[in-house]
Amino acid sequence: MHRTRIRVAEDALDANETIARANREDFERAGVAVVNMMSAPGAGKTALLERAIEAGLGETRLGVLEGDVQGSLDADRIAHLHVPVVQLNTDPGFGGECHLDANMVRSAIPELPLAEIDLLLIENVGNLVCPAEFRVGEDARIMVCSVAEGEDKPLKYPLMFRSCELICVNKVDLLPHLDVDLERLLANIETVNPDATVIVTSARSGEGVEAWARWLASFAAE
Amino acid sequence: MHELALSRAIVDAAERHAGGARVSAVHVRLGSLRQAVPESLRFYFGVVARETACADARLELEPVAALLRCPRCGREWDPAPPPLAEHATPAPPIPSFGCPACGAGGEALDGEQLEVDWIEVEGA
Repeated sequence: MHRTRIRVAEDALDANETIARANREDFERAGVAVVNMMSAPGAGKTALLERAIEAGLGETRLGVLEGDVQGSLDADRIAHLHVPVVQLNTDPGFGGECHLDANMVRSAIPELPLAEIDLLLIENVGNLVCPAEFRVGEDARIMVCSVAEGEDKPLKYPLMFRSCELICVNKVDLLPHLDVDLERLLANIETVNPDATVIVTSARSGEGVEAWARWLASFAAE
Repeated sequence: MHELALSRAIVDAAERHAGGARVSAVHVRLGSLRQAVPESLRFYFGVVARETACADARLELEPVAALLRCPRCGREWDPAPPPLAEHATPAPPIPSFGCPACGAGGEALDGEQLEVDWIEVEGA
């Protein structure tokens, strides 16, 4: 059998990147800034988001796209705060994916009230690896790292930590109960991603919540 | 754990370029900073390639070492003594993103690619 070699020289995720760019163009046309919020499951993404909404984002009109494998528990929490929210489940139709990709977000765009918002926050599926690989059309990436995960996580998951513009180090109210060294965690983040903005937060005590809400509002205003 | 999604992307890219022909080989350049485990990529590739043009294709993985550069002092270094070895025991060491000379965080010059370099198809 004759065989022919075909040169491809293409990133395997090019197809996703192309759709992500199309999403981004749609968002830009609508004048909406977009952030992709990621973390391990249970790091406190939704709780931090609730606190930011309660603290107030000034003039910024927020919309939320909630990504989950199943259910609308997080979307219900956000809707409760009178913020427009769309739930995107990866279970039906997307094979229960552990992350959002550009195509899934594209499918949700018609449901988003883009004309009525200035900032779209996409809460990704809780996962410290896969979401880092897939751009969805965001202008910036945010990750939440809870202190309970241990100070070594930036070194173990550099792909995620290196891809984010903002890192919220959350659940610092738990520090008295943990053997975690906050300074070392912050130093590890600094080594892996020296360019990231870092905010130390607790959704429970409210520490850092104002700074986090301010970051969101000023990002939307840029 | 992201190897399933990456394998699917590799198969999709290969099929797109195969123009309907059967693919006999897919050559991928894999940067060590992508944190993909070769054995796992191969396993998932076999699964997701079923019933596609890549069903009988072999997946060739060419490891690409990472290269970081210190923005402060200009030193260049490989942060990860090759984590790409198959059946790596003991586990590969954690990459050192801090500059060995001055400790600043490095920027990546190489090692971030997951590139389908070429495919081999059957027929003319």
